[in-house]
Amino acid sequence: MEVTLNVKRFDPESESSHGYFQEYSLEVEDYQTVLDALIKVREEMDGSLALRCSCRAAICGSCSMRVNGHAKLACKTKIKDVATLDQRVTVEPMGNLPVVKDLVSDMKPFWDKIRAVQPWLQTNGPEPEEEYTAKNEAMLHLTGVMSCIMCGACVSDCTVLEVDKNFLGPAALAKSYRFVLDPRDESDNERLGRYSQYGGIWDCTRCMECVQVCPKGVAPMDRIMGLRDAAIVAGYTNNNGSRHTEAFTESVKHSGRVDELRLPLKTFGMFNFPALLRFLPVGLRAIRRGKMPPLIHKAIPGAKKVKRIFEKVEGTR
Amino acid sequence: MKYAFFPGCVSRGGCPELYPAALGVCERLGIELEIMEGASCTGAGVLQEKNQRLGDTLNARTFAMAEALGLPIMTICSTCQGVMSQAHKRLGDDLAYRGEINQVLAEEGLEYKGEVVVKHLLWILVEDIGLETLKGFITTPLAGLRVAPFYGCYIIRPTGALGFDEHPEREDSLERVIETLGADVVDFAGKTKCCGFPILTINERNSVDMVANHTIDAKGLGADAMVTPCPLCHLNLDGFQPKASAQRGIKIDLPILHLPQVLGLAMGMDPKSMGLSRHIVSTKKLLSRVAVSA
Repeated sequence: MEVTLNVKRFDPESESSHGYFQEYSLEVEDYQTVLDALIKVREEMDGSLALRCSCRAAICGSCSMRVNGHAKLACKTKIKDVATLDQRVTVEPMGNLPVVKDLVSDMKPFWDKIRAVQPWLQTNGPEPEEEYTAKNEAMLHLTGVMSCIMCGACVSDCTVLEVDKNFLGPAALAKSYRFVLDPRDESDNERLGRYSQYGGIWDCTRCMECVQVCPKGVAPMDRIMGLRDAAIVAGYTNNNGSRHTEAFTESVKHSGRVDELRLPLKTFGMFNFPALLRFLPVGLRAIRRGKMPPLIHKAIPGAKKVKRIFEKVEGTR
Repeated sequence: MKYAFFPGCVSRGGCPELYPAALGVCERLGIELEIMEGASCTGAGVLQEKNQRLGDTLNARTFAMAEALGLPIMTICSTCQGVMSQAHKRLGDDLAYRGEINQVLAEEGLEYKGEVVVKHLLWILVEDIGLETLKGFITTPLAGLRVAPFYGCYIIRPTGALGFDEHPEREDSLERVIETLGADVVDFAGKTKCCGFPILTINERNSVDMVANHTIDAKGLGADAMVTPCPLCHLNLDGFQPKASAQRGIKIDLPILHLPQVLGLAMGMDPKSMGLSRHIVSTKKLLSRVAVSA
């Protein structure tokens, strides 16, 4: 099939700093990937095109880039699966990371965050004579998260990083989950305490971009949710995030539905006047328009049955 | 055409305009509804942070109630839809897990057999009613109106749980509906991104930044309004637009409509009956243009 690649070009040494799109039309076979096509462009059409790749088999994680707006491994993405009806494919560098040239991203911010979660085993006792061991069963559930190949796809499409570079991000937090849940690691409390602060687990919006784009099924957001649960269990509850989760859950437990008026009050803390004052204008505007939940929160019919389910299931996982 | 209607908490709470708009539109479309008054909140992904099994049990209970009625479920919230779809997938993939959950439901005399269908009104329009048939209901085409779609994360990701493989048309369903109503689609990168609502009370600045990015982008591309199938997105994009305006120091002024409201407008329904005067960002200018185009 003939396909047109619409490739984002950027040359740091050129005067126009914003970059531009360049089109390459070429013949590709059905089995060929975006990476195959880009390499063909570089070798046969335009030697100035910069891209990064190594294994070409979805193992090394080097060729993450945006294909039609979403992060993908170029080597794992067949052209025929992503070409539009008019046989076009748009290729750009990853998002949320600086661009070195064309499709090559600067991974430094990515590695800085990975380092920030201290991704190594931390133990207190004396070193064993041989290696630190763990039972197979205790590690099995971590095989998913250990499949991470550090390609950066999740970081590229993270909607929080788009507005706040301080967020640790999906890859680093998924990596930290791997250590918090590792029975040999003894720094769980310190880790969870750190992640409960600004830039950590509660800043995730649960938008699932990272779950969708991860080429290895790591599901970083699900790991972040796992860390939230672990942090609450460990007692790191003096923050808006955990108060929100607790208040939401309590509300559904007792009435079967969310008490939208009291949820923000309980999240901020009843006596957190600065936060409440900040939200006051929004509340007043809503009241003026008649856009607010009923003042008296009503339970759903049969709410007791819902409560019974909570009592039965709450303690289990 | 009949559905068990799961209205969700917000359509009768923080967005009280959504519920009557949805009922009105369904009546006109000939969709019969059995309202699921006894169904609980889906957990909205928040409860699932603490305990996914608990969330799945609550949703299995809702599914079992719909099965007992012999009806598919209709939702009007991207978040409700997504959370239910995810629970639906887990309960379908793991029969032992479903069995354990059914043991809890048995005390209430309920059993989830795994047969329920859960569909957002948006998908019902495209798949069950059909866009050609929908066209026949339009009395006031929204010609000349430029409308930006905003999906809400949970109705677009993860595609594996949302049936996108069997229903690829779900991917651009909102654009197709906007076109069918006679309006022009304003395509923009933010349409499938996060509105920021889930972190509103946790990191307000980031949340409001997201509102600013999406509304300013759409407005910059010429949008007269934005439409969303998710009341939570509406709460943030509408309610916090004044804050987004202040945070960026520019006037935005982009009305955010619920999907049923934009349908109702094209079907000639009274704007007031659909609560269009209840929005934080005024819809007056927009409504005068709809009337003119009619």
